[in-house]
Amino acid sequence: MEFAELIKTPRADNVVLHRPFHLAVEGTLCLTGHHLIFSSRRHDNAEELWLLHSNIDSIDKRFVGSLGTIVIKCKDLRIIQLDIPGMEECLNIASSIEALSTLDSVTLMYPFFYRPMFEVLEDGWSSFLLEQEFELLSSVTNEWRLSCVNKEFSVCPSYPPVVIVPKSIDDDALRKVALFRHGGRFPVLSYYHKKNGMAMLRSSQPLTGTNGRRCKEDEKLVNATLRTGRRGFVIDTRTLTVAQQARAKGGGFEQEVHYPQWRRIHKYIERFNILQESFIKLVEACNDQSHNMDRWLSKLEASNWLTHIKELLTAACLAAQCIDREGASVLVHGSEGTDSTLQVTSLAQIILDPRCRTIRGFEALIVREWLQAGHPFQQRCAQSAYSNSKQKWEAPVFLLFLECVWQIHRQFPCSFEFNEQFLIMLFEHAYASQFGTFLGNNENERAKLKLPQKTMSLWSWVNRPEELSRFQNPLYEANSLVIWPSVAPQSLQLWEGVFLRWNRPSRFLEEAEEERINIIKYNKELQARVNALRRRLAELEAEDEEVQEE
Amino acid sequence: MEHIRMPKVENVRLLDRLSSRRAVVGTLYLTATHVIFVENGSETRKETWVLHSQISSIEKQATTATGCPLLIRCKNFQVIQLVIPQERDCHDVYISLIRLARPVKYEELYCFSFNPKLDKEEREQGWKLVDLNEEYNRMGVPNNYWQISDVNRDYGVCDSYPTEVYVPKSATAHIIVGSSKFRSRRRFPALSYYCKGNNASICRSSQPLSGFSARCLEDEQMLQAIRKANPGSDFIYVVDTRPKLNAMANRAAGKGYENEDNYSNIKFQFIGIENIHVMRNSLQKMLEVCELKSPSMSDFLWGLENSGWLKHIKAIMDAGIFIAKAVAEEGVSVLVHCSDGWDRTAQVCSVASLLLDPYYRTMKGFMVLIEKDWVSFGHKFNHRYGNLDGDPKEISPVIDQFIECVWQLMEQFPCAFEFNERFLIHIQHHIYSCQFGNFLCNSQKERRELKIKERTYSLWAHLWKNRADYLNPLYRSDHSQSQGTLHPQIAPCNFLYKFWSGMYNRFEKGLHPRQSVTDYLMAVKEETQQLEEELEVLQERLANLQKSQSGNNKVKSKQQDRSKQFGLYTSNNSLANTPQEYSNDLKSFPSRSPSQGDEDSALILTQDNLKSSDPDLSANSDQESGVEDLSCRSPSGGGCLPSEDSGKDSDEAVFLAG
Repeated sequence: MEFAELIKTPRADNVVLHRPFHLAVEGTLCLTGHHLIFSSRRHDNAEELWLLHSNIDSIDKRFVGSLGTIVIKCKDLRIIQLDIPGMEECLNIASSIEALSTLDSVTLMYPFFYRPMFEVLEDGWSSFLLEQEFELLSSVTNEWRLSCVNKEFSVCPSYPPVVIVPKSIDDDALRKVALFRHGGRFPVLSYYHKKNGMAMLRSSQPLTGTNGRRCKEDEKLVNATLRTGRRGFVIDTRTLTVAQQARAKGGGFEQEVHYPQWRRIHKYIERFNILQESFIKLVEACNDQSHNMDRWLSKLEASNWLTHIKELLTAACLAAQCIDREGASVLVHGSEGTDSTLQVTSLAQIILDPRCRTIRGFEALIVREWLQAGHPFQQRCAQSAYSNSKQKWEAPVFLLFLECVWQIHRQFPCSFEFNEQFLIMLFEHAYASQFGTFLGNNENERAKLKLPQKTMSLWSWVNRPEELSRFQNPLYEANSLVIWPSVAPQSLQLWEGVFLRWNRPSRFLEEAEEERINIIKYNKELQARVNALRRRLAELEAEDEEVQEE
Repeated sequence: MEHIRMPKVENVRLLDRLSSRRAVVGTLYLTATHVIFVENGSETRKETWVLHSQISSIEKQATTATGCPLLIRCKNFQVIQLVIPQERDCHDVYISLIRLARPVKYEELYCFSFNPKLDKEEREQGWKLVDLNEEYNRMGVPNNYWQISDVNRDYGVCDSYPTEVYVPKSATAHIIVGSSKFRSRRRFPALSYYCKGNNASICRSSQPLSGFSARCLEDEQMLQAIRKANPGSDFIYVVDTRPKLNAMANRAAGKGYENEDNYSNIKFQFIGIENIHVMRNSLQKMLEVCELKSPSMSDFLWGLENSGWLKHIKAIMDAGIFIAKAVAEEGVSVLVHCSDGWDRTAQVCSVASLLLDPYYRTMKGFMVLIEKDWVSFGHKFNHRYGNLDGDPKEISPVIDQFIECVWQLMEQFPCAFEFNERFLIHIQHHIYSCQFGNFLCNSQKERRELKIKERTYSLWAHLWKNRADYLNPLYRSDHSQSQGTLHPQIAPCNFLYKFWSGMYNRFEKGLHPRQSVTDYLMAVKEETQQLEEELEVLQERLANLQKSQSGNNKVKSKQQDRSKQFGLYTSNNSLANTPQEYSNDLKSFPSRSPSQGDEDSALILTQDNLKSSDPDLSANSDQESGVEDLSCRSPSGGGCLPSEDSGKDSDEAVFLAG
């Protein structure tokens, strides 16, 4: 298909762009296959706005006389308005944008066309391999092994080709266990707590059904992660009722009789359309320009977003607590094990593992616990909070995770190597990107799409020194401890950086960040100069002494 | 002393509010000025000091098998729960505290016995730190339009006004006195802020006694004079900060508001800030929300909304923004009043001044601002903050709201203020503490009669001496945010009004961020300063050495090891914390290995600072050094220590308790 067919009017002049907190500017609007480009050269400072079509969540048009107005609502939650003279032009442009922003085929997406303008220093597609993780693990324990049972994606279509499992469990057993778990997602290692040798596993629900089916291999697998005489915890992200109801559909939960060494905790985490609705309501509240405080607070409350944040953080803290404080192994799952499960396991690692609070460690976490673990990004992030179309599988699962990281970051502002911008950048790229990283729903799909060969990885770009410097937290000091956040409502805040990003004057906050950077930078410079001078003085003094001795 | 029925009770338990089962046993002492709880246990002997004047309520609860619970709520939002073994002892403590917390004469207040060991001269110097004459000169008055009036020199016209007030030059004594007779409590229009740049001003007064139709020529002339003092503008705004309904109701009592028809060239405006009773109830409701045990997010947000607190804060802020805009952008003078002109008027004038003039955003300027708009113009500190036993209906968190407005602005304009959050919190504390004389009484007149300046010390000097603790590291006097007028947004989605947990949950350290960016940056800046000094010394030595190299003149001085000296902010102690109670499910689970390594909680024990409240604020026996170990000062200090974990068996308690 040629994109040109979809572009009826490629260019319009005298278009006026309106954005909150900016003066309206007049300029030229151009449509290309993947971008909407607005450029204004009228003023001294020429301005360009490039918007990916895939970033457009919805578009409204209206007319006053022959002046058309298009309101574009983006997946990154920004809203812009374009006034386009001429009814026909306006209609054409609107329909082109609509068509181009809702392309069905993945292979037509921008990442397949994007040619980077930067030199690739490191191919991000191979930056984070499970083999490397395993090597690290092997240096502290030999209780685990790397299994290639899923090499052809035949045992579990949503798992990566290699997974880490207890050493004592062979591939045949894994195949049997896969049949006993929803979607074939047998328990695999998510995190190994070096401090006490406890493990966090994740899986999907067991298929016990109504007649209490059991699978000896499954029991053996999970028990293999326990120390003799010790118990473990199953954290089920559903309520007991939901878990019980799941049995009718063939699902279920680990029953005490068959898993006597495990104690089950149900910690409900909201999912799917309820989350998406909450997201939509929150964003709507954030765009309400009313001056009424009651209305704002009641809309914020009604959105329930912060409730979901609190619940998720609590569940993650609980998992971390079981591992670190109770010295117990933990198995986390919900139904499919691709959403709330991953939220919990990845957040628990942020709390427990200092490495996950570094930039590379966090990237590795996202690759391992989200991309390779088969979180269906393409389905979940197909639409954002402005979508008019009926939702199918959309849900802000990943955004909720990022916000929880932000909440912890806010409570421990010196313990993370990355800054808030890094989290916001990941949110943007999960929804629309020039990179192939978040395309597809799992490793199987990514392999079929040949993403590593045909697209550029986000990590190839982010990990370049120029880019990295934008995402570094100037206050960072490596902190080897477990960090326990407070989950009290008083301790949680709305993530302004995402939800009020386009609705607040950001200058003052940016200036503050700049100030922080400068304070640290100046200190480091002085440190270096003082050290250099001291060395120089010591040399001179030594010379001096030599002269005297002679 | 005669009020203390029971000076000492042993085996008292101090409960942790967040986790009722985590209690410490100790001894309770009642002194003439403080309630002191000293924890048993040989090493730490942690002490909790509470000033009697901070106590807002004492509640004796039903006796249980373990003893008689006593709940003490403080005006600085500390809540202390004690369990006293014997009912009789509890009753005695209760009766004593009821009396001690409600002194009947000023002489009973702490500031009259508080002795920071300063000599007479130092005390006098302290009182001179904030000088309002200097301040009016700084503003640019007296000048061609404004003059100082001595009409009130013996408090003859208005006993709640200061002796020295600035009025328009064209306002004669006759006009002032005439106008004062037409205003509630004779609080005539007087200058609060003068804008040098465009001659626009903010004046303040009380409501006119207009009833349904009364007029007063002198009052009309007074407003005319205010307008004339700003030749660039042909009208003035008269801002009535009350809701219209309240103002109208006042007319029936012969009070009310200005009739635009009677005054030439005024634009009248209602702003709609609720009265002190509504505000008192609102705070009460919000504090109930803060006291909830493990509230859900909905409970909290709903409670917050229902309290109306943030709505009121926004109303005050909006009024300030309106006035600042009128003055700065339109160049129009504003007369502000409410009913008596000492509560809402003080709030609104000071918010507007703060937005308009960067000086008030400095530490010194902020002291001046409070002195100018609150202390000198007769804000009734004694009544509002219940320093002496009085009518509970007079109590209202009026200045607390102003302080919160400042904090909300600090969140929006992080580089605009020279001082930090701690400065605000400590000021709030001392408004209630009565440790210093600044906020005693209801007016300047009363303070002079009491000879406050001769008999007590000034808070401003105390804060100034410790100003290093109160600096905002992001502030630079040459930064754009510290210049000119601040223009905050109005809609809640553009200006996020936040719940201020640093204030209202101040003593629940576990709820606060565990690392303080402010403290971290301050430590870095302190180090930077020392590096600068060292750099200079080194450069000099290098120059000397090079010069004298030929002469073999050996310069030797002791090398300093900087890295050791400044390890302070690299310490991770501040992070030591333990999990909260994330689930009830864990509790009955017995498996816990005692051999488990707990590096993070072990670090807690290295903290030597286990005081539950700032020693400074709780008025420790050693006033001077007390300031030095402010628990939240350095990033490696105990400030980040979650309060629930100050015991030795901290993490154990998390699971075995509850």
